[in-house]
Amino acid sequence: MSDVTQSAKVLVIGIGNAYRHDDAAGLMVARCLKEQTLSSGEVHEQAGEGTALMELWKGAERVVVVDAVQSGAVPGSIHHFNAGLHPLPAPIFRDSTHAFGLVEAIELSRALNQLPSNLVIYGIEGQNFDVGTGLSAAVLGAVNDLAERLRQEALGEKVG
Amino acid sequence: MRMLSRSAGKASSMKTKTIKVDYLARVEGEGGLYVKVRDNQVVDVKLKIFEPPRFFEAFLRGRNFAEVPDITARICGICPIAYQMSAVHAIENAFGAKVDGQLRALRRLIYCGEWIESHTLHVYMLHAPDFLGYQDAIQMAKDHASVVQRGLQLKKAGNEIVTLLGGREIHPINVRVGGFYKVPARSELAVLAERLKWAREAALETVRWTASMPFPDFEQDYLFVALRHPNEYPFNEGRLVSNRGLDIGIEEYENNFTEEHVQHSNALHSVLKQHGPYFVGPMARYSLNFDRLSPLAQEAARNAGLTPVCRNPFKSIVVRSVEILYACDEALRIIAQYEPPERPAINVPVHAASGCSCTEAPRGILYHRYRVDEQGAILDAKIVPPTSQNQKVIEQDLSQFVPKFLTLPEEELGWRCEQAVRNYDPCISCATHFLKLEIDRG
Repeated sequence: MSDVTQSAKVLVIGIGNAYRHDDAAGLMVARCLKEQTLSSGEVHEQAGEGTALMELWKGAERVVVVDAVQSGAVPGSIHHFNAGLHPLPAPIFRDSTHAFGLVEAIELSRALNQLPSNLVIYGIEGQNFDVGTGLSAAVLGAVNDLAERLRQEALGEKVG
Repeated sequence: MRMLSRSAGKASSMKTKTIKVDYLARVEGEGGLYVKVRDNQVVDVKLKIFEPPRFFEAFLRGRNFAEVPDITARICGICPIAYQMSAVHAIENAFGAKVDGQLRALRRLIYCGEWIESHTLHVYMLHAPDFLGYQDAIQMAKDHASVVQRGLQLKKAGNEIVTLLGGREIHPINVRVGGFYKVPARSELAVLAERLKWAREAALETVRWTASMPFPDFEQDYLFVALRHPNEYPFNEGRLVSNRGLDIGIEEYENNFTEEHVQHSNALHSVLKQHGPYFVGPMARYSLNFDRLSPLAQEAARNAGLTPVCRNPFKSIVVRSVEILYACDEALRIIAQYEPPERPAINVPVHAASGCSCTEAPRGILYHRYRVDEQGAILDAKIVPPTSQNQKVIEQDLSQFVPKFLTLPEEELGWRCEQAVRNYDPCISCATHFLKLEIDRG
């Protein structure tokens, strides 16, 4: 979280498909944050279509994206990437069932010099991506943990 | 899961060859194509779909009819409006309700928004790189930044229509059986109109730009199927017609079309009885409804070198561009004539019934049928998406197309095959449903 400065409002984008079990992890983080009154940021839910993401983060300084990933790590693991420094490891991002998804949106933004100066991606390792609703227990725990961390650190909200 | 991971088998001899493409790039969803070549003849083509089919049909059972538009909107992140439109019209047909006047016009308007969004995404980000020799839109943007920016802004014009009328951009929630939950004020549409005037010019440029691309000489005698309305380019209403004499009401759909299970795919293949594979989508719609396009769209098509019937699937990128132009033009016409209706929705009498509908999704006809009980609970649902209807035609195209390029290196041949699949803008993730592509030269 150290690379998220406190100088500007944070745009938090949760990505996912609510009908693919753990694919919804990013959406659920966004919903956790939406339930609270946030003075220091905006929270959006997205399906993962790339051009919509580009439009959303265009002009923003501080952006946090949360998405489900599948890398073979322990379910519920939280991965962290700084998009400004390196391209994302594309194959692990589940939203890439979109022909033009998060990974492409980042790289096209970079090619057009429109990448937010501070774009941080959190990937929650999923376990079950079959069709259906509801998160695996480990993923649900990670969603709650990450939402709390984002609320306290990135969004700078007071606890309690 | 989408990234291209193409493994091309080495030719073991000049007579047999295997090309395998594990994942189709730049199509919506996951898909595989398998092409088998023996003695320089294509002997088998299989477009594979692996997604467990029919999940949503089962998921809808027992739900109240009022939930159906919101649930079906989540089948596809690219064309949620199409699913909502087919759903609400099918349920209204079941209950004997008819939405007309300004509410009907607003439904055409929101569909215009989705066509603009979906077609622009495909034309600029997915299909154009094929013709201009780039691996993807990111590489293309490095040389053609202003063109890519135009595409992004054009798509945004569509997004804004869907966001205003749909309530939000993804998984719109404002569409309901009987109309909308809330209708816009004239002033809200006036804001949209300003951007749409720019978008119409950008769409005209898009038609010119795509028409200048190089197209393979590849025409097929397709069986086109689309909706046809007495005086409109079709969105939500019309009879199902073909270029070989089909002319039926939607209620006759299941008597004329049938779905076949094939071993290599989880998707069901649709065929027209006694005729076989058929072609749905922009090129079918255009070729069966050229005379229903606005004068501006007709003129742009002619100036782009298109004839009123187009049989070259590679030129579908131009046809999509013409449809973007039409959608901008039609949206502006609807906005100019808009008067807010007295109520955002009509009353719909609930009773045990069944009903069906077919609307023109960006990728082609989307059929829905529902049976509900006296409380309005869904007893069963049937959804036939456009990509599963086009699947056999895509395979036929590849059978005809691949022999022309057998002398190409494996990597380039695989790319050519993917390009041929992308002509159809297949939406594998929503259709029936994930698909995969692979090719084999033995």
